[in-house]
Amino acid sequence: MAQGVAVIAEYGNDGFRKISLEAVCEGKRLASELGQNLTAVVLGAEVAEGAAELAKYGADRIIVADDAQLKSFQAEPYANVLAAILQETEPSMVLMGATANGIELGARVAAKLQVGLANECTGFSLENGRLVATRPLYGGRVIAEVDIEGTPQMASVRPNMMKIEENEVPVEISRFAVDTGEVKVELLEENVVVSSKVELTEADYVISGGRGMNGDDFAILEELADLLGGAVGASRNAVDAGWRPHSDQVGQTGKVVSPKLYLACGISGAMQHTAGISTSNTIVAVNNDPDALIFRVADYCIVDDLFEVVPAITKEIRAIKG
Amino acid sequence: MNIVVLMKQVPDTESELAINDDATGIDSEDVKMAINPYDEFAIEEALLIKEKDGGGTVTLVSVGPDTVPEAIRVAYAMGVDHAVHVNDEIDEGVYGGADAFTSAKIIVAALKDIDYDLIIAGNRAVDGDNYQVPAHVAEMLGLPLVSAVVHQEISGDAITCKKLIEGGTATVRTSLPAIITAQKGLNEPRYPAFRAIMKAKKKDFDELELDDLGIDEKSVGAAGAFIKIRKLELAPARTGGRIIEGASPAEKAAALVKLLREERQVI
Ligand SMILES: Cc1cc2nc3c(=O)[nH]c(=O)nc-3n(C[C@H](O)[C@H](O)[C@H](O)COP(=O)(O)OP(=O)(O)OC[C@H]3O[C@@H](n4cnc5c(N)ncnc54)[C@H](O)[C@@H]3O)c2cc1C
Ligand SMILES: Nc1ncnc2c1ncn2[C@@H]1O[C@H](COP(=O)(O)O)[C@@H](O)[C@H]1O
Repeated sequence: MAQGVAVIAEYGNDGFRKISLEAVCEGKRLASELGQNLTAVVLGAEVAEGAAELAKYGADRIIVADDAQLKSFQAEPYANVLAAILQETEPSMVLMGATANGIELGARVAAKLQVGLANECTGFSLENGRLVATRPLYGGRVIAEVDIEGTPQMASVRPNMMKIEENEVPVEISRFAVDTGEVKVELLEENVVVSSKVELTEADYVISGGRGMNGDDFAILEELADLLGGAVGASRNAVDAGWRPHSDQVGQTGKVVSPKLYLACGISGAMQHTAGISTSNTIVAVNNDPDALIFRVADYCIVDDLFEVVPAITKEIRAIKG
Repeated sequence: MNIVVLMKQVPDTESELAINDDATGIDSEDVKMAINPYDEFAIEEALLIKEKDGGGTVTLVSVGPDTVPEAIRVAYAMGVDHAVHVNDEIDEGVYGGADAFTSAKIIVAALKDIDYDLIIAGNRAVDGDNYQVPAHVAEMLGLPLVSAVVHQEISGDAITCKKLIEGGTATVRTSLPAIITAQKGLNEPRYPAFRAIMKAKKKDFDELELDDLGIDEKSVGAAGAFIKIRKLELAPARTGGRIIEGASPAEKAAALVKLLREERQVI
């Protein structure tokens, strides 16, 4: 019978992604409540050594699929290998991070195994040993509680929702023999920017600029983001104007962020934008139009010129941080 | 080249939403509906391929309630050749609890009588953000799938796509027939001209019921779904709207930072 919780952890350039640690810790919480084991699954090339780190967060068992063919993320081979691992180890539930790659991989595996997958969940509970998930719908305007049918039950976790806690346990590490199976899509080239900056979706602080930035000079936002160890985001208008790359776009046709602090600078607050920030802890808006829609969703509102306010905020925080 | 576009009609982002009485669905009565924005990219790309190709047809397939024909009119006005609407409305005015799996089952049944070289879907539907229908369709049909495509080029029976991955892009190639999903950046959807809108009103489309496809009602909708909604509620309103007073930008900034530290403890 299926038993235990499995978490798929993404190993990046410098260790595990923060969202993966969050998912592992949430998996541990569920496994403990069930009185069962937590298995972490790591796919990639030359990841075996680093994988041991997950014991620190409570993984009782780590399965690594370590193979040169898994060096770059490709949905098909990754899904074939992951499905095989899940079929062999038979966990009753599987969590993963709701990253771009995680969401693509999850969909493939759920389709292969013919099981339910709840994406971008913000919370979980257990009922009779089964997972019940909470997830936002309609751009965060509606919250759903859902049952997930099939075994394993699958769910992806939205970044910045779960606490990371250390909880070291003895661990057993095993290697899974990789068979990538039939691969119909061939990878020709990959262009991944290795950046030392935090990923927008995982950042605790997101400083976003819109059309009110009036050009591609986002230096005042970058300065504040750097000071806080956060990331810079943008509205669609700023992206469409060519001031920022699409990967910075927040909203319905961009990314969803859930930082501790979201600072919207010169952004009017269209629904398509706020769809991307509904699970933020605190929202602050700086806009010189007192009637801007963004003030209806912001917790704190500053009606003034962003070019004056943002540097002043930076100065204030720098003074505190010393 | 014959292309199928998968289109879902979703509540317009700006329309007010209300939850139905048993808290399992959205009350659709007063909701204005629209084409899922990612599916607009899909339609546009299909039209661009057809225009470049100088031949073939673009067929739209949509599974949804009684309101879908409005979206079909828009797609026709953009230039889509033909549309198939599978009506899955089970209870009047309430979405039937379909999920990605049940929707894909119906789509696959509808595709049986359609000839295609390429299927284009959206990266996600912005109502439920499931990100899963194309994967289920690909799995059921045994077709290659390329998700989050921002550029494509077809040559012979191969398609080369640039797609978004975490932190960057990848270029991949596969053979047709295949499914790709449209991500923002693929194109800018056209606005239909007035004349095209008028003409689209008179154009026929296929209206199918689940019965016509030999699908048992009990195998789709909430009964067949893997993701079953227990309860929906409107998200709580944010505490909202506190205006930070101050005589100068510097004073306002200082007041804000104090609140962020003391009241919110986020700094
Ligand atoms: C299908 C679809 C999908 C979309 N997806 C997205 C999405 O994912 N993300 C997104 O952001 N948008 C999206 N949009 C666009 C969205 O509807 C808005 O048009 C967009 O968010 C507006 O961007 P903005 O706020 O930067 O610009 P504007 O609406 O032009 O607002 C600029 C704001 O800056 C303020 N301002 C100007 N100068 C200053 C100053 N010196 N100091 C302070 N304030 C100043 C102005 O008062 C104004 O409120 C989408 C639209 C559609 C139709
Ligand atoms: N009911 C439906 N009818 C037709 N296409 C759909 C339907 N639901 C989803 N799709 C397609 O699948 C894509 C992803 O949807 P989803 O998996 O729901 O996020 C959409 O952008 C559509 O292209």
